[in-house]
Amino acid sequence: MIEHYLSLFIRAVFVENMALAFFLGMCTFLAISKQVKTAVGLGIAVIVVLVITVPVNNLIYRYLLAEGALAWAGYPDVDLSFLGLISYIGVIAAIVQIVEMLLDKYVPALYNALGVFLPLITVNCAIMGAALFMVERDYNFGESVVYGFGAGVGWALAIATLAGIREKLKYSDIPHSLRGLGITFITVGLMSLGFMSFSGIQL
Amino acid sequence: MSLRKYLDSVAPHFKNGGRLAKFYVLYEAVDTIFYTPGHVTRGDTHVRDGVDLKRMMILVWLCTFPAIFAGMYNLGLQANTALANMGLDQVDNWHGSIIGLLAGHDPNSVWDNLIYGAAFWLPIYITTFVVGGFWEVLFASVRGHEINEGFFVTSILFSLTLPPDIPLWQVALGISFGVVVGKEIFGGTGKNFLNPALTGRAFLYFAYPAQSSGDSVWTAVDGFSGATALGLASSGGLQAINDAGITWMDAFLGTMQGSVGEVSALALTLGGVVLLVTRVASWRIVSGVLLGMICTTLLFNWIGSDTNPLFALPFWWHMVLGGFAFGLFFMATEPISASMTNTGKWLYGGLIGLMVILIRVINPAFPEGMMLAILFANLIAPLIDYYVVAANIKRRIARHAQ
Repeated sequence: MIEHYLSLFIRAVFVENMALAFFLGMCTFLAISKQVKTAVGLGIAVIVVLVITVPVNNLIYRYLLAEGALAWAGYPDVDLSFLGLISYIGVIAAIVQIVEMLLDKYVPALYNALGVFLPLITVNCAIMGAALFMVERDYNFGESVVYGFGAGVGWALAIATLAGIREKLKYSDIPHSLRGLGITFITVGLMSLGFMSFSGIQL
Repeated sequence: MSLRKYLDSVAPHFKNGGRLAKFYVLYEAVDTIFYTPGHVTRGDTHVRDGVDLKRMMILVWLCTFPAIFAGMYNLGLQANTALANMGLDQVDNWHGSIIGLLAGHDPNSVWDNLIYGAAFWLPIYITTFVVGGFWEVLFASVRGHEINEGFFVTSILFSLTLPPDIPLWQVALGISFGVVVGKEIFGGTGKNFLNPALTGRAFLYFAYPAQSSGDSVWTAVDGFSGATALGLASSGGLQAINDAGITWMDAFLGTMQGSVGEVSALALTLGGVVLLVTRVASWRIVSGVLLGMICTTLLFNWIGSDTNPLFALPFWWHMVLGGFAFGLFFMATEPISASMTNTGKWLYGGLIGLMVILIRVINPAFPEGMMLAILFANLIAPLIDYYVVAANIKRRIARHAQ
């Protein structure tokens, strides 16, 4: 049992890395990766949001939306899965709001550093992507907790690594036309090449 | 006229306003290969040391020579043995016509084997050097930085990791990617974050898997197919290697299939020891890699597996198989892409050791993991440094700032 969860976790962190294998959540990934400190902060925020939203969405899917899920209420023929997207994004938006308020109250420094990108976690494709992967792969509740945590850790690891490299690249002599986003895109491409070492691992 | 006088006499042409000012970087490169650069540091920081980056890089370049000769000999040995077994006495392509001029195909003759190896490896190296050198000079002259001997190292390391049969246009493409995207767009030597030779090699590996991995590419004979020792190990474990007639000594001396640079652990160790003694290669990284590799292997030995025979492969075999020795001494220790801090070097090395065994053992997609492990560690190295420095600052504050 533990082995199953462990392999799911490792797969979510490395093999199916949200940022570097699926290229999800790119906007914040590229914008908030100038400094390791803020990148790690955002990474932790994403982990928290994912750990809460994926299981909650799992419950919603399982007991409200999936075909035959409403059997407990006496409607075994109802299939509400077309409402999936809108309910997942609603849950995500609500939880991001809560995280935002908590950060504002308890970690104002991080709250200010993240700025507009904190509410933008709502539309971070990595979060929505994790919810959709969870539905597609038919994870149960326990698996969805582990998967949400793993996907978050993978994304946080990727953004922290990118931030480390970008801090190092401050001393580089990059051609004018490539400075800023251009070189960041190339860096992310090269990082993805490095992460290819995990592709194909069967656990 | 002495060389020094000649170089001085043509110098004005290359200075600003001279006829050949565009080619100043070439003049500067030739000058500093032969003589100590005349420039001194202009800022406040001033360190006097006979060894500069150029001498360091050239030393690394020289240290690969034992491995080159051992590798070329082995390439010829493998190919000539395969030819003899197939009953052939010539090779029907342009490599063959060069060999025909100079040597025969007797697998017992050292000369024949060396020439055979050279006929396949030298064209690859020349292509690498010319194409990569073109990009290096182009970027140096347009962007106004020096041509750095780092390229000597990049070119030799890149060509040593390639299979002998690879088409030369792929060699050119690979080194172009490595030099331009891996290094020059970041500003040249010292400003990149990945090892350029590895970047180019990985690019080829993923772009043209048919020509740069698999069973039929490692011996330069058409129609010959045989798995590398690591390939054998992944299908049948140590038993399969022994069945193929490869002993540990063969693997250590390097008489088995593989790319030119990686086969002979003995020759690589020779070069590697020189690098360690002269402190060009960091002993911390080398020890870190060894430690990480041995611990991970022991862990896998202990876990054991019924389906995967690689779990049981002992660490002294891992050490001599595939590109481990090559990566250990020449790739992992590249100072630019490795961690800078002392603690960081241990962690960086350990990470490589862990990753290489992880990829070899549990990733069936890639039989060899050294290249990918180092590439991955290159990515993490800046982060390791960041946290080592942060921890240091924290400790010192705790100690002094009461």
